Amino acid sequence: MKIDAALFEKLATYPHAVVSWVDDDGYPMQTAAFFRGDALRRVLRLDRTGVAIPTDRKVNVMVSHIRPQPGTGYDERRYITLSGSAAARDAGIVFTPMRAWGWDEADVPFFEYSERSNGQAQRYMQQLSEEQGREVKPRLSRAWTFILATRLPFLSATFVPVLLGIAAAAYAGSFDWWLALLTVVGAAAIHIGLNVANDVFDTLSGADDLNVNPTQYSGGSRVIQYGLVTLRQMSTISITAYVVGGAIGIYLVISRGSIELLAIGIAGVLLSVFYTAPPLRLVHRGLGELTTALGFGPIMVMGAYVVQTKELAWEPLVASIPVAIFVALILYVNEIPDRGADAAAGKRTLVVRWNDRLVTSAFLVAALAAFAVVAIGAITGVLPRPTLLALLALPLVPQIYRGIRAYYSSPYELMATLGKNVQLHALVGVLLLAGYVIAIVADKAFDVQTALLS
Amino acid sequence: MSWLPEIVEQLLGKALVAELAVIKENGEPVVHPLIPLYDGDRIYLTSSVLFSKKLERIKRNPRVSLAITDPVACDGLRARCTVQGDARVIEDDPHTTWERVLPLWRAKEPGIDFFLGKRVALPLFFERSMIEITPRRVLWWEDGDTSKAPQALSAAEVAA
Repeated sequence: MKIDAALFEKLATYPHAVVSWVDDDGYPMQTAAFFRGDALRRVLRLDRTGVAIPTDRKVNVMVSHIRPQPGTGYDERRYITLSGSAAARDAGIVFTPMRAWGWDEADVPFFEYSERSNGQAQRYMQQLSEEQGREVKPRLSRAWTFILATRLPFLSATFVPVLLGIAAAAYAGSFDWWLALLTVVGAAAIHIGLNVANDVFDTLSGADDLNVNPTQYSGGSRVIQYGLVTLRQMSTISITAYVVGGAIGIYLVISRGSIELLAIGIAGVLLSVFYTAPPLRLVHRGLGELTTALGFGPIMVMGAYVVQTKELAWEPLVASIPVAIFVALILYVNEIPDRGADAAAGKRTLVVRWNDRLVTSAFLVAALAAFAVVAIGAITGVLPRPTLLALLALPLVPQIYRGIRAYYSSPYELMATLGKNVQLHALVGVLLLAGYVIAIVADKAFDVQTALLS
Repeated sequence: MSWLPEIVEQLLGKALVAELAVIKENGEPVVHPLIPLYDGDRIYLTSSVLFSKKLERIKRNPRVSLAITDPVACDGLRARCTVQGDARVIEDDPHTTWERVLPLWRAKEPGIDFFLGKRVALPLFFERSMIEITPRRVLWWEDGDTSKAPQALSAAEVAA
C-alpha cells in the first residue's frame, strides 16, 4: 500500500486509531487515539493520550472498521496498518508512517484474500508437522476429497452428449442396455482423467497457483493448492481413470468391430490428453473452446451413436452441434474470472486474447447460433420435431449475457452467471433428450397403430 | 476465577473485534483485528493457518496485548480497555481443537454456522489454532476517553 494522498483519504474515514508500541516491560501497549491526517506532509497528528505514546521506538497505528449485523455477525471488514515513528509536537504527537498495509473486503473479497494466503498456510502446516512429528494437513472425508478432486458434478458435460448419442441411435432403431452402460462409464472415466490431468498440468505450469480468484466453476479443483491431495496422487487418479476409460473403449471397439469407433476413440483420448499436456497444450493456444466443443460434442455424441449402430450418420452430428457450442461456452465463460492468472501463466485462451466487449458479444452470437441449429434441424426434419423443446432454454441466454456484462471484472458476483451458464448446457441437453424420447415413443405408438390397422 | 474488572469483562463479552498486538522478529509491534472470545477466565482468539504469521510470532515471543476500542463493535459500550498478557498457541489438531470455543464464537457471529456448512469449500479457513491469553495487566477507560490516564490493575496486585 502506497503512502499517498489516496491513503490519507481512506484514513480520514475512520473515527479513531489504535496506537501500539512495546513498553519497557517488553509487552505490547495500546491506546485509542483521535487523529487528523496531513496528506501534504504525509503524517498523522495524534491527540495527546493518557498513556504517553513513546517517541524513542517504533510505533504501529491501526484503523479498523466492521459493521455489526445482528443475527449473523458483521460485514464491511476493513483495516489499515501503518508502521513508523512518533515525535512530540505542540500539544500532540506527529506520527510519520514508513510502511502501510491493510485489507478492505470491498476491494479484495474474503475468498480472494484467503487464496492469496495459501502459501503461508502450507508453510505453517509444514512447520507444524515438524514441531509435532506427524503430518499436519487439512482434512476432508475421502468422499468429498474425491468429489472435489475429480470435479464430479461437471460430469453432466459427459452425460448429456453420451445420452444424446444413445437416444439418437435408439431413434434410428439400435439400442443395447449393456453397451449404453459401458459407454457412459467409459466416457465418464475419460472425463475424470481429463479433469484431474488439467489440474496436474495447470499446477505444473503455475496457472492454478497464480489464480487467486477461483470459483466453484473455475480455477481448477484447488485440492493440490490446499494440500488435500498431492500432485503424485492426482497423477495416479488421472492415469487410472484414463486406463479404465481406455480399457472400456478398447472392449467396445473390439466387440463392435468398428474402425469408425476406433478413430473416434483415439481422437477423443488425444484431444483430452493434449488439452493441457505438452507439447500441444491446446488450451494455451486459444484452442481450448474448440477442443472442448469437439470432445464433448461430436466425438461423444457420435461415439455413443456408433457404439449402438456401428455406423456414422448426419443426424447425431447435427444434434451434437448445439451441445458442443454450449459446453464450449461453459469453458469460455468460466475463463472470464481466470483470465488474469491464465495470462500470467501463458495460457492464451480466447478470453485472454479478446477484449470484454468481444468476449461478451461472441457469447451471444454463439448461443443464438446453437439455438438456430436446433430450430433449423428440427424444421427441416434432420432432427426429430420434438427436439424443438430445446428452445425453451432460450430465455437463459439474455440473462447470462447481462450477467457477463455486469460482472465481467467481479469474479464472485459473476458466480451466479457461471452457474446459470452450466444450467443452460444441461437444460438444452435434457430438452433435446426429452425431444428424442418423445419422438421414439411416438414412433413406437405409430408402429403399434399401423400393425393393428394392417 | 477472573480478576478482571467487570467493565473489561463486559467489553470482552460484547466486542465483535479487538486489536491483538504481537511482537515481530525485529521487536516492533504488529496488530491484527480478531474476534475476542472470553470464557470468564481466559481470553481466546482463533486464527486460520491462512493467516498464521501471528501464531509464529506468538510462539517466538508470547507477550501480547489486546485492545478493545470501538463502541460500534461493542454494542454501544463506550468504555475502552487494553489487556496485556501471555499467550499460548493451542493447536494439537488444527482441524478440531478450536471447536472447543465454537459456542463462544457462534454467540458473537451466528453466521459462522453457514460457513461451517461450506467447510468443504473453505478447507484451509477451518484449519485453525487457538490463542489463549492469560491476562497479566489491564488498563481501562470507563468513559472511553483515552486522553485521560487509565485505571490499571495487574494480576500481581490482585495476588498480593
